[in-house]
Amino acid sequence: MTKLDSKIPKGPLAEKWTNYKAKQNLVNPANKRKVDVIVVGTGLAGGAAAASLGELGFNVKVFCIQDSPRRAHSIAAQGGINAAKNYPNDGDSVYRLFYDTVKGGDYRAREANVYRLAEVSNNIIDQCVAQGVPFAREYGGLLDNRSFGGALVSRTFYARGQTGQQLLLGAYSALSKEVNKGSVEMYTRREMMDVVLVDGRARGIIVRNLVTGELERHGAHAVVLATGGYGNVFFLSTNAMTSNGSAAWKAYKKGAYFGNPCFVQIHPTCIPVHGDYQSKLTLMSESLRNDGRIWVPKKKEDAERIQAGTLKPTEIAEEDRDYYLERRYPAFGNLVPRDVASRAAKERCDEGHGVGSTGLAVYLDFKDAIERLGKHVIEARYGNLFQMYEKIVDENPYETPMMIYPAIHYSMGGIWVDYELQTTIPGLFAGGEANFSDHGANRLGASALMQGLSDGYFVLPYTLQNYLADQINVPHFETDGEAFDAVENEVQGTIDKLFAVNGKQTVDSFHKRLGLIMWDHVGMARNKEGLEKAIKDIITLRKEFWTDVKVPGEKTGMNVELEKALRLADYLELGELMARDALDRNESCGGHFREEYRTEEGEAMRDDENFTYVSAWEYMGEDTPAKLHKEPLIYENIEVKQRNYKTA
Amino acid sequence: MNINLTLKIWRQANQDAPGKFVDYPVENISTEASFLEMMDILNEELVAKGEEPVAFDHDCREGICGMCSLFINGRPHGPDDSITTCQLHMRKFKDGETIVIEPWRAKPFPVIKDLMVDRTAFDEIIQAGGYVNINTGGVPDANAIPIRKENADLAMDAASCIGCGACVAACKNASAMLFVSAKVSQFTLLPQGKVEAHERVENMVAKMDELGFGNCTNTYACEAECPKDISITNIARMNREFLCAKVS
Repeated sequence: MTKLDSKIPKGPLAEKWTNYKAKQNLVNPANKRKVDVIVVGTGLAGGAAAASLGELGFNVKVFCIQDSPRRAHSIAAQGGINAAKNYPNDGDSVYRLFYDTVKGGDYRAREANVYRLAEVSNNIIDQCVAQGVPFAREYGGLLDNRSFGGALVSRTFYARGQTGQQLLLGAYSALSKEVNKGSVEMYTRREMMDVVLVDGRARGIIVRNLVTGELERHGAHAVVLATGGYGNVFFLSTNAMTSNGSAAWKAYKKGAYFGNPCFVQIHPTCIPVHGDYQSKLTLMSESLRNDGRIWVPKKKEDAERIQAGTLKPTEIAEEDRDYYLERRYPAFGNLVPRDVASRAAKERCDEGHGVGSTGLAVYLDFKDAIERLGKHVIEARYGNLFQMYEKIVDENPYETPMMIYPAIHYSMGGIWVDYELQTTIPGLFAGGEANFSDHGANRLGASALMQGLSDGYFVLPYTLQNYLADQINVPHFETDGEAFDAVENEVQGTIDKLFAVNGKQTVDSFHKRLGLIMWDHVGMARNKEGLEKAIKDIITLRKEFWTDVKVPGEKTGMNVELEKALRLADYLELGELMARDALDRNESCGGHFREEYRTEEGEAMRDDENFTYVSAWEYMGEDTPAKLHKEPLIYENIEVKQRNYKTA
Repeated sequence: MNINLTLKIWRQANQDAPGKFVDYPVENISTEASFLEMMDILNEELVAKGEEPVAFDHDCREGICGMCSLFINGRPHGPDDSITTCQLHMRKFKDGETIVIEPWRAKPFPVIKDLMVDRTAFDEIIQAGGYVNINTGGVPDANAIPIRKENADLAMDAASCIGCGACVAACKNASAMLFVSAKVSQFTLLPQGKVEAHERVENMVAKMDELGFGNCTNTYACEAECPKDISITNIARMNREFLCAKVS
């Protein structure tokens, strides 16, 4: 059995990364040309890693599922990216960013990783500006900042409501530069089907060409997975339609441990669900909570009349509005972390104060901000978000409050990695949302972009070299060996099996049913009974899927239904592991809220004595339950205490 | 409210196969549904009947990835302004209406299947010079060079292009000038992009021509159909940059 070794460098926290870099192995420039690296995914982590590794001189092959690397779902991040620049002179520092991130993650993240993240955050901003990313600026020509949840300082850099887009296009431009130079080879419309191990090391991947339907083999000295999160296990989420968990899941089944699968983030400000034909949920940026105030009617009668459509929110008097976040959390108010804001919204709606036709919505109101600052200021700050809202809901948010409700957004859990971002499979690395590493049980706003780019630009290009240093004499990989044959046959076998079912129900109909099980029992509030039911229901659904799913069309050529079926087959297993992990964790922390474990005030109650660990699950085979390994979390620099957003 | 519609959809098995329009009735569509959700409903019905669903590109479904690309009733991204297809909602259509759905039509964007086209040409144009030639690390502090807010804002306007290709689809010449000029403008307006401005514009325009995109004849169709309201001023700025580069 592999022992979990997080490989955290020795020495004081602030010197760990510097010491690591000073002592790590490097590959000399002439030898880099002899080494091939595969990067799967072209979001912030994958795109930045592929570009940076190409610049260093490695031969890089990079794969993306869309028609262009520029479409990776990092593009949809709206609000901003954190960095400890302290440009506003409001008391920020690397330590404070580190502290806020660990606290925001409810003390379930690794200190050393988070400190490194905070440390390189400043380099990211410098890098992006040098690439020509048009961040928002002040009239004096310097960069502007705004604030995000879980922080008392303004450290968030932004490009209107399209920060993810601009950062991704920055990484995409760096990648394009390397493609032009010939150091990076770009493969689009490819989906990773499995990872290939030779003598215990990751040495390649099998991909499916989504246009021709052919399976392709690619070999390399190391493989980086930057394939994003698995939020779509819930069917409805803010993730893009092709975002999926299959690459991570395949790595898990080949021996990479899966870290904290039950930690998923539910974002408080999304446009509420409106019908059963709905395909996805749209996020409204957290930045809106800078100026918007969240409320529900104080009186249940008012809420009921609003639900029935006989009362308008603008008709409710000020004293009849309950600004519940400001009431419960005076210090942070509307800017409490996402998990806290989401639960508070659910609590109000469960009590019958929700609005909208379903009663599953709360208001996000800009009336006061518009009065204070003027409509033009609000328009300049959030214009594109307001427009997006109006197109979907057909209501003008300048005149009537927005309606929002929590939705699945981000997976803090993911492939377990050590300090070098290496998985438990040697030579297999994971970056960005695909790994579990930096956000603990809850991610703070504007930290996903920071982590993706940190991993891609500043961590993987170093740590991969430490691994590759003794690989320079290993020749380029042939892909006609037994190992590749075996994995390709396995993949082909799964595809054949799916077609052979020839049942009656569509892939989406199964996915919607899985989504409901997950949302009801493994969603915002969980309990023992519900989780046990979820596990049973998922197993039953999985059996039904494999006996009655309908995949039309051919194995060759483009077949979207087959793609969806392959991803769903993995979700039907991953969902079960998420429930098992949630069941194991007999405490509430961050996004993981077990109803049995809460304080008298209804806040999440951690059990530090028994659960200050990372769950790392090992695949044991088809019919054997996964095995839990525990990586203890040791806090040497932070005093672990109950999160308090009521007072500063 | 729910409506019934007839969809006239371009079906084409692959790049080399001949294509044709096929009519599909869809019933009981909520006007609150998005256009692509309506397409999902159609596809679910087709799959249930054992038929091939209609292939179309889409991903983020919130108007930012630039993947969706339908030509609906003669307009790229359909009958609304400043949106992508995924943001189009069925409330824009009337009960009983026939909706014609085609792929982008332009020689440099060959059809892959049904409504899906290959836009690799856009990537190739960016690879020809749509970047600042710096490597990771060793760059100055982000606040070392102040940038006029006005220029930063204009650069952001140009940079908000999502690379969907609606400009090309709207243009009778299949010109990519709006797309190329948006990237050229972004870097022209920022000090970081100035150093290699001449090479950039020359290389990108040469690549655009080589790939078979047409020229601009100032019809403004691209600006009218751009989901992100990219201004045609960018084309003027690119032309100026191009001339400067040629005479220098």
